[in-house]
Amino acid sequence: MNPGRMVATTERVLRQLRSDPRSIALILVVPSVLLTVVYFLFENETLPPGVPRTFDRIGLMMLAIFPFFVMFLVTSITMLRERISGTLERLLTTPIAKADLLFGYGLAFSLMAALQSLVAIAVAYWIFGLDIQGSAGWVVLTAVVNAVLGVALGLLCSAFARTEFQAVQFMPVVVVPQILLCGLFVARDQMNGVLEAISNVFPLSYSVDALQEIAGNTEPTGAMWNDLAVVIGFVLAVMVLASLTLRRRSG
Amino acid sequence: MAHSAVSAGTLDTAAGVRIAGLSVVRNKTTVLQDLNLTVPAGRITGLLGPSGSGKTTLMRAIVGVQRLSAGTVTVLGQPAGHPALRHEVGYVTQAPSVYRDLSVEDNVRYFGAMHGRGRTEARQAIDAVGLADLAGRRAADLSGGQFSRVSLACALVSEPVLLILDEPTVGLDPVLRADLWQRFAALAAAGTTLIISSHVMEEASHCDSLLLLREGRLLAQLTPEELRQRGGSADLELAFLQLIRAGMAAEKGGVR
Repeated sequence: MNPGRMVATTERVLRQLRSDPRSIALILVVPSVLLTVVYFLFENETLPPGVPRTFDRIGLMMLAIFPFFVMFLVTSITMLRERISGTLERLLTTPIAKADLLFGYGLAFSLMAALQSLVAIAVAYWIFGLDIQGSAGWVVLTAVVNAVLGVALGLLCSAFARTEFQAVQFMPVVVVPQILLCGLFVARDQMNGVLEAISNVFPLSYSVDALQEIAGNTEPTGAMWNDLAVVIGFVLAVMVLASLTLRRRSG
Repeated sequence: MAHSAVSAGTLDTAAGVRIAGLSVVRNKTTVLQDLNLTVPAGRITGLLGPSGSGKTTLMRAIVGVQRLSAGTVTVLGQPAGHPALRHEVGYVTQAPSVYRDLSVEDNVRYFGAMHGRGRTEARQAIDAVGLADLAGRRAADLSGGQFSRVSLACALVSEPVLLILDEPTVGLDPVLRADLWQRFAALAAAGTTLIISSHVMEEASHCDSLLLLREGRLLAQLTPEELRQRGGSADLELAFLQLIRAGMAAEKGGVR
């Protein structure tokens, strides 16, 4: 690995993004808008005293889910373009290491994810009074780890698509099941055995578990670290698989 | 990592390219068949032949991105695709491979950064292809000819020892084409080895040596002057046609 080539790649990916204001809006503005919708959905709920608002539960989980699906979408399309435009093959004839390329992408989108979660968390806390025990810093960390998860899966999935349309088709296959089973709609321990077992192998479930640990405890817990470690392990495994799809030589 | 030390230690920049028994079979079609040739260092070698004759595949084999079915390709003394070669070999594909959503300068700076080159070298490469006035323009907003020159600048920026160009002059006006050929001659004079494909035979006169391909086979390796003599015409296009006809007649005669 070479830090110079990795940082140059990060810079290049961010420049590409900058030339596309709509994607920036998707990353920075849309999550806050959706959060607002969720807030007003539950605006008039009546709760017995002592029970946390639904927004505090669902709004928090959405802070982890946004960076995951947005970064999956943005990465898989960007990488697919790189594959079909010939720039990837060209890049692989230069001294760049595959790790420089993959981590360059990862770094660029993690930075965007950090910005995204700062905006969304600011909105959640200051406008809608999000109320959790743990500190916002851990929520940002979880959001960034989740973004990297989206990046890693996006890089991998782009190898199996030939067109942008096919890349988008991975959303319902790879992303939606994870959102359904992560505990957003039904707590995972209340699912039937099969669904719970499936949710146990989905990385997003562990991020949501980590967020629930953060919500329920003022200090970081061992369970939170475990959950994050599982997600990071998953990211590394997917990155290795993604690097196998980058071939310097083809038929 | 000490890449430069590795490349300096193992590469022979005066070696050019040696190809022995090269065959490439893709989807059961033989694209290249038993090629044997050498490309001299510090010269312009033209790769000519009708479309579909295997020019691009041969170039890909020399760059080291093509899977080979048989034979060896040795570049600067190392097998094609060797990691040390990535510092020294520049490849410009036929379809320009640059980032459409980046400016000209950002494209060249990025590919330059892969070789540790900075702003100055990027400016020089952009100047060299005559795009200095458009350096800040987005690649997607350029005309076809300008766009392909961005791709060329992205290869020039690393100052490669071996430069492989797949139809670099397609779609360029005559003035620019003449400029580029002058540029290529200057590079060769400075010691760069160039392999340039074209299907425009008039461009062959700019080359020091010609590789004539037809249906995946090497028809001949000769100088433009030798081609004129053997083809019996001062017009290189006619001379090449003559050579092809002679070859076909020989095949029919069962000589192969």
